[in-house]
Amino acid sequence: MIIKQLSVFLENKTGRLYEVSQLLGDAGINMSAFSVADTSEFGILRLIVSDPDKALQILRDAEFSVRLTDVVCLNSPNKPGALAKALDILSREGVFIEYLYAYSMDNHTANIVLKPDDINKCIDVLQAHQMELVKASDMYKI
Amino acid sequence: MIWNEKMECMGREEMKAVQSERLRETVQRIYHNIPSYRKKMQDAGLVPSDIRSVDDLHKLPFTTKIDLRDNYPFGMFTVPMSEIVRVHASSGTTGKPTVVGYTRKDLATWAEVVTRSLCMAGVHRDDMVQVAYGYGLFTGGLGLHYGCENLGATVIPISGGNTQKQLQLMEDFGTTVLACTPSYSLFLAEAIEEAGIKKENLKLRVGIFGAEPWTENMRKEIENKLGLKAIDIYGLSEIMGPGVSCECEYQCGMHVHEDHFIPEIIDPETLQPVAPGEIGELVFTTITKEGIPLLRYRTRDLTRLIYDKCECGRTLVRMEKCKGRSDDMLIIRGVNVFPSQIESVLLEMSETAPHYLLIVEREGNLDTLKLMVEVQEQFFSDEVKQLEALRKKITHKIQSTLGISVDVKLVEPKTIERTAGKAKRVIDNRKL
Repeated sequence: MIIKQLSVFLENKTGRLYEVSQLLGDAGINMSAFSVADTSEFGILRLIVSDPDKALQILRDAEFSVRLTDVVCLNSPNKPGALAKALDILSREGVFIEYLYAYSMDNHTANIVLKPDDINKCIDVLQAHQMELVKASDMYKI
Repeated sequence: MIWNEKMECMGREEMKAVQSERLRETVQRIYHNIPSYRKKMQDAGLVPSDIRSVDDLHKLPFTTKIDLRDNYPFGMFTVPMSEIVRVHASSGTTGKPTVVGYTRKDLATWAEVVTRSLCMAGVHRDDMVQVAYGYGLFTGGLGLHYGCENLGATVIPISGGNTQKQLQLMEDFGTTVLACTPSYSLFLAEAIEEAGIKKENLKLRVGIFGAEPWTENMRKEIENKLGLKAIDIYGLSEIMGPGVSCECEYQCGMHVHEDHFIPEIIDPETLQPVAPGEIGELVFTTITKEGIPLLRYRTRDLTRLIYDKCECGRTLVRMEKCKGRSDDMLIIRGVNVFPSQIESVLLEMSETAPHYLLIVEREGNLDTLKLMVEVQEQFFSDEVKQLEALRKKITHKIQSTLGISVDVKLVEPKTIERTAGKAKRVIDNRKL
């Protein structure tokens, strides 16, 4: 259930995001999901790709500061209140979310990528409440 | 007015006699009290009696900031600590400061040379002097302070910063003399303009500006904006503090108080004295100091000496405004900064690599310091708050070491240029 997400440190300067996408594209690596956290000084690109280990090596070779971070992905109904329900469970159980991002592939469901402080506890809590988690292998295939 | 006409207007031969006698005493004092310098003399095959006059000065070994660092904190003092009544400190080349100590007599000498300097600048006992140099370990504030008191002028010991208060007191107290760094004087000039204070409500007439390099253009600008005569004062804590030399009203070079400090100019490469009038590195020998007398101390400041007679009547040799440095020291808002200090801070922190780039800019009239530090993979976190915390930690450490604010920017690895030879660590965009 643990998904390996790539995190890349980016300075705020033009062309850096392009370079990452170009390097991965040339290597035939597909991106399933990504988000950018930005501050006035720098950004952190977070992405889920078809082959995280290979992508890590490629970016490392290109001298990016890059690491793999463990995240989980919740598959939730694409309807009002669904996210609130999941977050309510997590907060009541004391799971802290560092950040999250979400995307929707169709009209029925949405995928929510979560970075909790305690990933194993997060998985246990969600599964105990019959929440559907996306398998890593499925996630990389998207 | 000339404060000490006897010493300031002495003939050259007479001065040489005074200097020679005092030099002989200083050599004895150092030889018998400072083992590291004694060893240097012995290595050069010298005993104190070899130094008979100032003409023998060039035979003596140099003293450098490294000697002060190796003897940190008090190892270069030639009197017991019970005789030391004050210490000051300035930046060292690494994390440790350069420490100097003063006996009661040293403080009296310092007050004397500052008083002489103030008189050169045209300050007198009826003046109201706003001392906006920092008070504290930095010698600027207290150095000017006691010189003003010794002269009999009224001191406003406001120290640096707090611009609104500076303006208020300047207007309400009728400040006639402003003492601060030249860049801060321009900053104040702008603040005066912004506050809508009318020039005729101010009584400024003389500015005593030093502790950082400034140009003739800056002088014109300051004089225009503040309506005062801008006088350049020079000093360094190792030798005494402000007042080692100062311009007179003719503004044609700074008179060195050479009955206390003997200046020489050397070629920083060959270390040999240069021909008279040529530019080189300024070297000082203190000849009356008790706390920390120094023989042939390399200031790293580049300048030249002018022995021509000055219109003011003083015979004291003049030094030109410093043209630069023979090392990589930067002077930022009056504070000495060595790139090596930054390197040692970064090396101390396990999370950082010592790859950095310092960018110095002059924004408006104030110098700003930006430090680019590479984010290494091993300490890269994918959480913004962790990276922000790291940035704050670096900022805090650098600021507490350098004593001035710095804007730290995290950059990608390998983006700071590596060169085979000397790394380019500093970009100084100030036009000086």
